[in-house]
Amino acid sequence: MTLHSGRGFACINYPIGMNLGGDPAQALVHSTPDGKFMVTLSAIDLGQGMKSVTRQIAAEALGVPIDDVYVDTADSDTGPHDMGSFASRGTHRVGNAVIRAASEARAHMMEAAAEELEVSPADLDTDGAGNIHVKGAPTRRITVAETAIAAQFKQGRTLSGRGIFLIEPSGVDPDTGEMSPVTCFAHAALIIDLTVDDETGEVEVTKINSAYEVGRALNSRLVEQQLIGGAWMGVSHALYETTEPYYPDRREGPLDFNAYLMPGPGEIVPHDIAILERPAPDAPFGGKGPGEMCANPVLPAIANAVYNAVGVRIDALPITPEKILRGILAQGGARPQGQRG
Amino acid sequence: MPKIPVRFTLNEAEVGLFVEPQSNLLEALRRGAGDLSPKYGCGQGTCGACTVLIDGEPHLSCLTLAEAAEGRRIETTAGLAQGSSLHALQTAFIEGFAAQCGYCTPGMLMAAKALLDRNPRPSREEVIDAISGNLCRCTGYEPIVDAILAATEGRAA
Repeated sequence: MTLHSGRGFACINYPIGMNLGGDPAQALVHSTPDGKFMVTLSAIDLGQGMKSVTRQIAAEALGVPIDDVYVDTADSDTGPHDMGSFASRGTHRVGNAVIRAASEARAHMMEAAAEELEVSPADLDTDGAGNIHVKGAPTRRITVAETAIAAQFKQGRTLSGRGIFLIEPSGVDPDTGEMSPVTCFAHAALIIDLTVDDETGEVEVTKINSAYEVGRALNSRLVEQQLIGGAWMGVSHALYETTEPYYPDRREGPLDFNAYLMPGPGEIVPHDIAILERPAPDAPFGGKGPGEMCANPVLPAIANAVYNAVGVRIDALPITPEKILRGILAQGGARPQGQRG
Repeated sequence: MPKIPVRFTLNEAEVGLFVEPQSNLLEALRRGAGDLSPKYGCGQGTCGACTVLIDGEPHLSCLTLAEAAEGRRIETTAGLAQGSSLHALQTAFIEGFAAQCGYCTPGMLMAAKALLDRNPRPSREEVIDAISGNLCRCTGYEPIVDAILAATEGRAA
């Protein structure tokens, strides 16, 4: 028995969102009587942190404390239309819609404050701590809460905003077939180190090194969280998961989680992540979104690393010990490809 | 068949229910007692989302007969916080970003609590062993293991 070390590399250019017949997202923002702001969305948070990120975006665009912003994604019947949470589009599409809605609400807030302070709205600014003041004269101020009360109970004005962000349908050039399905790409490179046992065919991933360029990481802990979890899912897809191991034959298909294999807490792979920030011009505060790309590059990198370790090229997932052993047998033994450096 | 009366304590409160014969504890907790914190995942005892503590030991409530809870002390995630102050594990899970979709989190928390209650300073391997019956699809487990270890350090500090 010999353990062969292998290293594999993969890069990804990942399109943010999709564009078939146009890709719109909408947001509504309104203030409560006490100067808090509610952001109403129909795109939902699947656990990727969209509520947290849209809350940050709304607070920044409104110029109010994040504690005073609530995001409601409860109901797509009562919220404004959105294409949904998929294709890694949440931060980019919904975030842009939130900026527009929040900016409109901010303009109304500044007009209401200007009326109370008897100045021009253009002379006002927010301090991000719940106050609106005259530029250069921070003591001439009114709180956001007082502004909201005055707007609703005295001026008869709503502090609200509507926002839509639309990636327009991209037509196909009849002569060349050219189109622009995507406006924004995120990028990553990932290296897998693993060992292959040439007697059992077992693979153990020992290290992941990755670099992700996701625009501005609007919430770096959420980005890191997604990248760690996504890489786990990539390892799982590459080496373990299938409902039909002998597809199209249903034989040996798992019927429960005991037989549906996934790595557990005992198989955690150390993962070093470098997050590179290159803000995208059409993204909310430059943030693109890691989304699905956090799982994708792991699979080809593992396939490449297995080839590097034993010279067996596997082109069907998952890369099971059986497939590796059959490959080694077919070529008359392991053929390590060697490593540079 | 007549329903069966069952009495137990749920997070230190006395609970009395009439349950269907052969119904499970998860159903009794969720539908009978209205505690929605234990989750229905697989219903087969393979995912751990329904983990609750019975007399301090972790059990899969989907595989536990409701009537077996008679006279027992049941703990669920809903009872972890004391008033407005969160349990050290809950704080550590939040600060360690150890939840994404959150569906496995109640089971993870209860499995971890059972461990820390009997072993306040577990090793990393003991933590991994304690949650090895709980599946998570989002986090890759590492943030969960780290959070449980962080909670033990927080207690000692």
